[in-house]
Amino acid sequence: MIQIKDLHKSYHMGSNSLHVLKGINFDVKEGELVSIMGSSGSGKSTLLNILGMLDEADEGEYILDNVPIKNLNEKIAAKYRNEFLGFIFQSFNLINYKSALDNVSMPLYYKGVKRKERTERAMHYLEKVGLAQWSHHLPSELSGGQKQRVAIARALASDPKVLLADEPTGALDTKTSYEVMELIQGINDEGKTILVVTHEDDIAHMTKRIVNLKDGLIIDDSPVEQIRASAHV
Amino acid sequence: MFDLERWQEIFETLSKNKLRTFLTGLSVASGIFILVILLGFSQGIANGVKSQFEQDATNRVSVWTGVTTKGYKGLNPGRYIQLKNSSFDAVVNEYDDYLHYRTKDYMIWGGTISYNNETGNYRVRGTLPDNQFIENADIGSGRFINQSDINESKKVAVIGNKIKQDLFKGEDPINQNVQIFGMNFKVVGVFFDPGGDREEGQVYIPVSTAQKVFNAGDNIRNMAFTVKMADDFDEAVAMSNAIALGIERKIKEIHTVAPDDVSAVRVNNTLEQAEKIYSLVATIQAVFWFVGIGTIIAGIVGVGNIMLIIVKERTKEIGIRKALGALPMSIVGMILQEAVFVTMFAGLFGLIFGLGLLELVGPLIESDFIKYPQVDFNIAITTVFLLVFAGALAGFIPAYRAAKIKPIVALRDE
Repeated sequence: MIQIKDLHKSYHMGSNSLHVLKGINFDVKEGELVSIMGSSGSGKSTLLNILGMLDEADEGEYILDNVPIKNLNEKIAAKYRNEFLGFIFQSFNLINYKSALDNVSMPLYYKGVKRKERTERAMHYLEKVGLAQWSHHLPSELSGGQKQRVAIARALASDPKVLLADEPTGALDTKTSYEVMELIQGINDEGKTILVVTHEDDIAHMTKRIVNLKDGLIIDDSPVEQIRASAHV
Repeated sequence: MFDLERWQEIFETLSKNKLRTFLTGLSVASGIFILVILLGFSQGIANGVKSQFEQDATNRVSVWTGVTTKGYKGLNPGRYIQLKNSSFDAVVNEYDDYLHYRTKDYMIWGGTISYNNETGNYRVRGTLPDNQFIENADIGSGRFINQSDINESKKVAVIGNKIKQDLFKGEDPINQNVQIFGMNFKVVGVFFDPGGDREEGQVYIPVSTAQKVFNAGDNIRNMAFTVKMADDFDEAVAMSNAIALGIERKIKEIHTVAPDDVSAVRVNNTLEQAEKIYSLVATIQAVFWFVGIGTIIAGIVGVGNIMLIIVKERTKEIGIRKALGALPMSIVGMILQEAVFVTMFAGLFGLIFGLGLLELVGPLIESDFIKYPQVDFNIAITTVFLLVFAGALAGFIPAYRAAKIKPIVALRDE
């Protein structure tokens, strides 16, 4: 599903140059649940941003679902993001004046789905994350866990190939974190490819494979015994 | 533009941000409102001035005399210059080709006029048939003075509508006799005049009759002409100036008046005055436009400013939208359409409010120089569309900036 070869990325700030990614090689197959770990500054967020087409690599190859991702203009990047990817953020990033339902249906709006069908599909994903009765509430009326579940429903709404989660449990307490991870595991069980960036060991061990980054290089990439979150809830 | 989904999106955004929408709209609405009021009043001033000039023909040249202030060719100052029939004939002879209408007047300021038991004091003017056109008088019934009245010095009178109302009390005055200083005159016509009561409180009689019955010999009080109009207004003014000067020179020559004596012979050129006043009105209108446009520019800068703030405030939201697959064009469209919709709606609101106020207050204004303040609706609509266009222009910079927002920057956790 994802193939990355010799990926480099540097940031330039004035006269200083910061080499963040120093040649990343890594493949993800369909249906995998991978966590990317590393201390802050290891380059894990940069990697995720490149995978999410929010940022572009300086060098290297990135192939997503057999489509080479390079020389993106804004228009194509937007189209690919909409078609291929679903984002889950640490701070949820819901639009605060739109109801849960409208937030979830937003990717479908940009996909050009008609309003009626959009609402039906958004409702379906809200049911899936267990928030059907909250559909008309604003994000401010929801708890942190509920917000993240709305965000997950939104990420799923356009039926993307890959879900990218950047510290999805970073702003949540342990119990809520496990509930969210249980949901993510459930979605993975249905065959969705998911990448999770985290710095928490227990969260990483709820995935099927841990990639460890340090100073812009992969130092360890090994499958792990998945711990089911449901056991801890 | 006609995408229903987009409109739903915009209405949702606007209704969720009522105060912001209201403030944006207010600056535009008040800009248009002020422009409409200013334009209305400048039109009112133009109407008022125009109606002042409509009292008489606008291309009128009239001649009055007074007392000399300078000695000339051995004659003392302090002489009263008396115009005669011969002065009039001399002027007409010399400038016949350039004159359209011509009249000479002999008038009595306060003439006692009575009909049956009703009596009043009115101005009595002996005049020539052309005076009807020089005074812009309209015949309501009957006829004006004609050449045979003049030739035969008939005792006929044309009375103003006010006199008809005062003395005749609804009776038909035509062919009735009125007494002017006790002499019987037959009423042959009733006239109306755009100058209103002041002008309609006059009686016209043939000048030859006036000279006879008031023992004036061949004296006249004044004379008036209209100059043939050239098609071009400036040319007409120049011509009428030249003729006015020529007439003045001629009369001063006949009556031996110093060429630089301004009080003995006065020639009044309405067209020249009209030109001055019209250019004054044009200046006032230009100033009003300038102020109005300035107000609108302030409004538009306000819109641009508020849209910039909106974009700043919605940076994160725009980043989220882009991460979810929004095209740059759809972001530009969203901001622009919102700006245009708000300016258009607010502009129309200000327009209707301004027009409504003019409609309500306009008739209450009682001033000779402001009449029927109003705005040409086409001009108003044009202004609104200009405003919308400018609003779009003002919204474009913020929209472009919004489209350039990188989702990665917008989504960075602070």
